[in-house]
Formats: sequence, structure tokens, C-alpha cells
Amino acid sequence: MEDFNWKEYLKDSFISMLWFSLLLFPMLVMKITVKGGMADVTYRWGYLVVIPVSAFILSALWKYFRERQQGGDKADKRGEIAALFRRTFIENRTVKKVSIISAILIMAFYPVFSGMYNTNVMISALIYIMLGLGLNIVLGLGGMLHLGHAAFFAVGAYTYGLFFKYAGQFFVDAGISTGWMFWIALPAGGIMAAVFGVLLSLPVLRLRGDYLAIVTLAFGEIMRMVLQNWGNVTGGATGISLIPRPWLFGINVTPRLAAVYIYYIVFAFVIISIITVSRLENSRIGRAWEAMREDEIACQSMGIDLVRNKLTAFILGSVWAGVAGVLFASQTTYINPDSFTIWESILILCIVVLGGTGSISGVILGALIIKLLPEYMRAFAQYRLLVFGLALVLMMIFRPGGIIKKVRKIYRFPLDEENDAAAEGQN
Amino acid sequence: MEKIMEIDNLSMVFGGLKAIDNVNMSINSGAITALIGPNGAGKTTLFNCITGVYKPTSGSVSIKKPGQKESEKISGLKPHIINRKGLARTFQNIRLFSNMSVLENVMVGRHHKLKANIMGALLRDRKTREEEEKVVNDSYEILKKINLHKFVNEMARNLPYGAQRRLEIARALSTDPFLLLLDEPAAGMNPLETRELEDTINRLRSEEKITILLIEHDMSLVMNISEHIYVVDYGKMIAEGSPDEVKRNPDVIKAYLGE
Amino acid sequence: MDYFLKLLLSGTAKGSIYALIALGYTMVYGIIKLINFAHGEIYMIGAFVALLVGGTLQSAGVNPAVILVVSTLAAVFFAAAYGLTMEKIAYKPLRTAPRLSVLISAIGMSMFLQNLVLLSQTEKYLSFPSFLPEFLFLKPIRGYINSTQFIILIITSIVMVLLTLLIKFTLIGKAMRATSQDREMAQLVGININSVITVTFIIGSATAAIGGILICSYMGQINYYIGFIAGIKAFVAAVLGGIGSIPGAVLGSFVLGWTESLGTGYISSDYEDSFAFIILILILTVKPSGILGRKENQKV
Ligand SMILES: Nc1ncnc2c1ncn2[C@@H]1O[C@H](COP(=O)(O)OP(=O)(O)OP(=O)(O)O)[C@@H](O)[C@H]1O
Ligand SMILES: [Mg+2]
Repeated sequence: MEDFNWKEYLKDSFISMLWFSLLLFPMLVMKITVKGGMADVTYRWGYLVVIPVSAFILSALWKYFRERQQGGDKADKRGEIAALFRRTFIENRTVKKVSIISAILIMAFYPVFSGMYNTNVMISALIYIMLGLGLNIVLGLGGMLHLGHAAFFAVGAYTYGLFFKYAGQFFVDAGISTGWMFWIALPAGGIMAAVFGVLLSLPVLRLRGDYLAIVTLAFGEIMRMVLQNWGNVTGGATGISLIPRPWLFGINVTPRLAAVYIYYIVFAFVIISIITVSRLENSRIGRAWEAMREDEIACQSMGIDLVRNKLTAFILGSVWAGVAGVLFASQTTYINPDSFTIWESILILCIVVLGGTGSISGVILGALIIKLLPEYMRAFAQYRLLVFGLALVLMMIFRPGGIIKKVRKIYRFPLDEENDAAAEGQN
Repeated sequence: MEKIMEIDNLSMVFGGLKAIDNVNMSINSGAITALIGPNGAGKTTLFNCITGVYKPTSGSVSIKKPGQKESEKISGLKPHIINRKGLARTFQNIRLFSNMSVLENVMVGRHHKLKANIMGALLRDRKTREEEEKVVNDSYEILKKINLHKFVNEMARNLPYGAQRRLEIARALSTDPFLLLLDEPAAGMNPLETRELEDTINRLRSEEKITILLIEHDMSLVMNISEHIYVVDYGKMIAEGSPDEVKRNPDVIKAYLGE
Repeated sequence: MDYFLKLLLSGTAKGSIYALIALGYTMVYGIIKLINFAHGEIYMIGAFVALLVGGTLQSAGVNPAVILVVSTLAAVFFAAAYGLTMEKIAYKPLRTAPRLSVLISAIGMSMFLQNLVLLSQTEKYLSFPSFLPEFLFLKPIRGYINSTQFIILIITSIVMVLLTLLIKFTLIGKAMRATSQDREMAQLVGININSVITVTFIIGSATAAIGGILICSYMGQINYYIGFIAGIKAFVAAVLGGIGSIPGAVLGSFVLGWTESLGTGYISSDYEDSFAFIILILILTVKPSGILGRKENQKV
């Protein structure tokens, strides 16, 4: 604290106060409306107080945190405390077990003690957990910045939607419940997504990281435009409605019960996803993916076939999104292209990056924050993209690993344990 | 002596720059061979051509594994194929998987020795579990050989510099090569570490029967351990021979000291 | 033939606007190897500032020529200021971070700026009054090219020439070229990388603002989202021409403008925006280095 240079802080803050007042004046203070060819500008003078004050404070905070980040020994001390915290709480086996079990219990009984609205909100959060975990394979493990994830979500949803639209009558005529269609669509959606994944990966897999991002983005937009404009097949902007809910022993259930039913189906899929990702992560395949993310050239030189491993990561991620799409269609019973825009892809990106790239619990937390916060804080909802955008920037600068950083598996060897014991004996 | 690698009229051109110019070279089985030359001479480029990171503009590289009769051409193949044929390398500008643990870095090298596919990884059947256990133990053994086992669970990027260089070697070893290419393994090491490295390299040759080709600027290390030395300058091979021959060669002296 | 010529001319006008935006992309990419996702937002903000300033002056009854000059200057200034600030906040702290981190930061910045304008102004399309003059001498050929298109062509050419001169002959231009060729070397010979980057952002943002005013005058409307689509298209143009290359960006922009114009004219106008994306996927599959770009051999 003795070297706290308040003069410099004051100077910097004062400059940014002036600078941001100027910068934001036209955007925040002025407001334009155009009526009948004539522009009408109104002024919101209140901002002239808000901007300088917040610029002053934020600038000081920015400087403080940047300096702390760069500072050496102080940071080490904090690192120690953080490590201690991690050891006692996060890496502690009992704590981990207890929290996992209680989380599963809460989630398992969630629809029982919450209303239909809350159940539906939670279903969509769970679907986004699946989407996040799928993207986590591609981005978190494989290191490929995939900005077209929503397109595969769409492939799944539309597989179900179109299947219903064109084959539904057949099921009705044959006297089979249309609810069965869900169970056929589920694998079909995954397979279709895989097919599209292969198609996209042909051009994509040879590309460098940033080109891959832009091509996947382009793919997502093309997909959305096709859905939007190919009206007589896809239903165009109005989409497809009255998609049947999953079959439940032929019972014609109330919407509330249907929501509960779908909740459990989605919940089961989330559990499966978690197990899948965590098992893959600690297998030879997951290690190859991570090596590929860390350094492609070294990875190849260690005998790993880059194209093949990228392909599996990409396809697996796509399949996950496809299955999530089918679940989504069955929950909302109504789909249109608006649910699958580039912003949806970017939201899924936010889930992974903000939650914790590569970390399963991080992705879960990310999905809950991003889907539930705007839902339950209505006032916040309109600012969500603004906030998430800013959060992406700040996260990259101050905490690139995300809120919950990935914890690496610890391997124990007999000799190690002897060493540890010896070391502890000395203390 | 059996030749295990033969480089024939190899050239590599970048734009207008001939980084390698008609180089010929051969490596004897079980030998420690050094490749030296001033900065920018084209040594690393030659490694890149051998290991498939670059596709050479012309010429060829062929190998003959010890005990095999036929030699096979490897130039033009993909790096992972070349690696699977038994050539492993380290990188001059350390290229570890920095956010993975030391053990995992080595485990990655064993990737293609393992068989588990996605289904195996998901179901974790007995075969996969046993395989996984074996790779963990094998990797640990490799780390022990290079004296890195005290860092097993450490993140690769947190290792001291010298240890990172050694981890590069351990990772390369884990792919079970018969020919190991080391690109400036002693760069940035202190004298003590360099001496240990010298022991390690000698041990690899005598105990593991691995042939070694190394690029190095540390002349005392080169003169101490190598039987045969190749000297490149401006992409051309200007001299070769035993350490004593090379030391006395006027062209080499000129290349190092300038005109 | 008539129809074709018309399409070609409108494609040229469109292409020259893309060029103004693509230049910023290609220059920034050349120097810090970043796809600046938020570049399109800078251009949108430039156009909004022009609208705000122009609107204020218009309701005060100022002479149209003065409005044009003042609002253009304001747009250029604010766009440059936003570009500069964005670089300082979102990219500079990540100089040594992995490229993907910077890219994600750019995406975040793009979201932030877009929503800043959305929330502080409006989500609706606003009609953009044409500040540009009408030329009487173009009357006879109005069927082919109107005044706005004519001005677009003229201004784009002027900007291109100035930029070329700047990069070829000035000291900062040389520093920029050196930095884009080899950043470490440039640093070693005493070039201040940070100031080169700053200047690059300022120039790129300023040209984008000019593009913003022109395209809004051409389309006659503006909205917070225009930056995103135009930004992506300009990026496609830059990649098409060979990213990092300035003549490449211009060429790529024209090719894209023509394709879009002819495509919508002869195939279908429903898919106007998808032509850019299809071209992008094709070019990156067949020749990722673009038309004028050189193949990059990653040094190992
Ligand atoms: N990918 C590339 N593109 C263009 N030029 C390259 C590339 N790789 C290497 N070079 C050039 O080839 C020449 C040889 O470089 P190389 O790295 O092989 O030298 P070196 O002998 O390993 O030097 P050092 O001892 O400094 O490591 C240099 O002039 C270098 O700039
Ligand atoms: Mg070298």
C-alpha cells in the first residue's frame, strides 16, 4: 500500500472522465428520432453527471486491477490464498461429493416443488447446458472457435419439425400416437446434425483458428437464411407449430405434466452429457483434443492425426446440439428461424467462455447464469447482451479461464505419496 | 555401420530464399550426430523437412528402421505419419502443451500406441481401464528416466526453463522413436543442467538404443558427445566429419568467424 | 445488356463502400492478426454520429453543404475515437494472449457497442436524410447511375489514393508495413509498435466512418444492426482479396459487390446476404490466401 500512487490515479481518472464524457456525449446524451424526413434531437442532460462520475470511478478500478494483475509478489500471495481455498473447498473430495449429490437432488425434485413456468424456464436452461457442453467439446477441448453452433441446434429442431410436418399425417392415419415421433426424431436429429457437421468440416478443418470462426459463422447464417426463405418447405419465418410432445404411455397429459415429463427427459440427457464429456476428457481422445488446442504442430509431431481428431470433436459437438434441438422443439412445440440466429451461437459461446472454458461445472454455471438471470431479473433482461459483451472482454483480460477454472486431474503414484508423507512428517 | 536415414539432394525454398540448398546427409544407426551452423543457417528448417512440418521443395528423405531391409521414402508425408514411423523431435522454441500437466504431456505422446475409441472411452470397459492404467505408469516411467517425475502433476507452463526442455525430450521419447531429433536441447540451460543433459543423451543411446541427431550451439557439448558432425551455412552443407576434423576445417572456421 | 450494365454499376457502388470498410479490417489484420469483429460497429457508430450531428444542424436550418462537412468531420472524429478507445481497452491488454482470446474479446466488444446504441438510441430503422447533393449533369444517365452512387465512387477513389500514398511514402506508412511483415523485427529496429497499432486503428475507423455515411445515404436508413452485416461482408471482401493486402481488399470488395448485385438481379433477391457467405466458404476452401494474398508458411 505504501507505493499507492494516488496522484497518478487522480490524473488518469480525470483524463478518462473528460475523454468518456466526450466519447459518449452523442450516444447517451443526444437521442435522435426521425419523423417525416425531419430529424428531432432531444437531450438527456442527466447523463452528463452519470458519465463523468462513472468514468472516474471505473478508470481508477481498471487501473488498480490491471496493476494488481501485473504486479508480481502481491499476486503470489493472493495466489496462495486462492490455492488454499481451492484445496479446502473445491478439490476436497467430500465437499465435492456432497455438493454434487445435493445439486443432483435439488435438480431431480425441482419440478415437484416449482410451478409450470419455473419448470419450463429450467428446461430451457438445461437445454442450454447441453448446448454448452457440446460446444465445450469443440471449443474448450478442441480449441476451435465455433460460431455456428446454433445452426446444428436448428438442424435438430427442424429435423423433428419437418418430420412431423410431412410424416405426422401418416402416423395419425395409421392410428399411431404422434408422440412416438419424438423418439424417432431424437436419434434422427443427432444423425442429421452429424451429417451437416461432416459437410461443414470439409472446408473448415484445414483452416486456421480465426478463419474457422468466421466460416462457421457464415454457415450458421446461411442455414438461417435457408430456413427463413425456403418457405414452402420449412414454413419460412412463421416456422412450424403444433409439434407433438413426447409420448407418455398414451396418456393425454395436461401441459403442466407434459412439462414435468420433458423436464425429466432433458435432465437425463444433461446427466448423460456430463458423464460423456467427463469420460472423454480423461481418455486418450480427450487428451489428443487438448493437445490440439494447445499446439497443433507439436500435436501432429507427436503422432496425432489432426484432421481425424478435429473431425470427431466437431461431429460430437454437432450431435449434441442436434439432440438438444429435438428436445427444444418438443418443449416449445413451435420453432422458427429466430431461435437459431448468430446471437444464439454467441450466447452459447458466452456460456462456455464465461462459465469456464473446458470446465464442466463452469459450463453448467454459465448456462444457469445466462439463461436464468435475464429470466428472473426482468429489469436486467434488456441489458443482458450489453453486459455479456462487456463480460467477455473483461473475462479475457482478467480471468481467461472463466468463473470456474478447469481443474486438472491429479495422478497419484506410490512414490509420490511416500514423498508427501515424508514432507508432512518434517513439518 | 548401418545407415538409418538418408537425405538426398534436399532443398527448401521460401519465396526467393533458399533456406536449404541441395543437402545430402546420412545418419548411422546408434550414433550421436550433430548438426551445427551459424544462426539462420537452415538447421531447424532441415528438421522441419525431415519431420514433415514443411514439405521440401525438392529432394528426398528416406529411412530404414534398424533390422529392416528395405528403406522407405518419408519426405512429403504428414508429420503424424512420420512420427509413427519412429522419428520424434523436440522444438527449439519450446512447444509444450502448456496448459496440460507434465504427465499428460507425455501421455499425449503415447496416443497412437493406444486403442480405445470413443465407445471405449465412454463405457470405460475393463480393456480401456487397463490400457489407461498402463499409459499412466509407462508415462511415469519415462518421466523418471528424464528425472522429471517430481513434477508429474505440475502444469507444463509452470516448469523452470531447463525442465521444460527436458519435458520436450520426455514427450518425444514417449512416442517410442528409433531416431530422436533434438533442436538445441541445451539452449538456456546452466552448465550443471547441460552436464545432466549430456548424461541423459548418452544414456538414451546406450540403454534405449536410440539414434540421435542434434542441433546445438553449445560447442563443448557437441564436441563431447557427437561422433559425427555436419556443418551447414546459408543452407549449404559445408563440412562434415569427426569433431576433430570439423574443428580444423578452414571453411567451418570461416563460417563461424566471418571473412 | 442494359440491365446487366445497371447491375454492374450498382455493384461497383456497393463494392466501393465495402472497400472503405474492408480497408480497416485488412489493415488491422495485417498488423495484429486480429479479425476485429467490432470494426462494423465503428462504422455504424460513425454513421449514427453523422445522423445526430446532421439532424441537429438540419433542425437549426443550417446550409446543407455545411451540414455535410460538419457531420462528416464529426463522424470521422468519433469513429476514430471509438476505434482508439476500443483498442486500448479490449485489445491492448491482450497483446501476448492467445489469438482466440483476442478474438473473443472482439466479439464481446461488438456485442457491447451494438447494444449500447440499441439501448441509448432506438431499435427501429431510422430514415437517414440524404446530406449529399444532387448533380444535374447526371440527369441524362440517371437510369444507370445516380448522384449518390457517383459520389460514392469519387470519394472512395480519393480515399484509396490518399491511403496508398500514406502507406507508400510516409514514415508511419513504412512503419506499418514493417510491423505487418515482422512485428518482432520491427520492434528491434526501433519502431514503436503500440503507436503503429494506434494509428492503424485511427485510420481504419475513420475510413469506416466515411463508408458508414455513404452507405446510409445510399440506403436511406440506419439502425444499430447495420454494422454487423456490413462488417462481416467487408471482412469477406478482405479475405477474398487476400487479408493483409490493401489492393486485395479493394479488389475483393468489387468482386463481392458485383457478385451480390448480379446474384440478386439474376437469381433471387431473397438470398442477397448469403452470396457473401457462400463466396467466403468457397474461397477459403479453394484458396485461403485470397486472390492477391501470399501463402503464409508458418514459421516453426
Ligand atoms: N516458414 C518460413 N518462411 C520463410 N522463411 C523461413 C521460414 N522458416 C525459416 N525461414 C528462413 O530460413 C532461414 C533458416 O532458418 P532456420 O530457422 O532453419 O535457421 P537455424 O539454422 O535453425 O537458425 P538458429 O540457429 O537461429 O535456430 C532463415 O533465414 C529463416 O528466416
Ligand atoms: Mg533453429
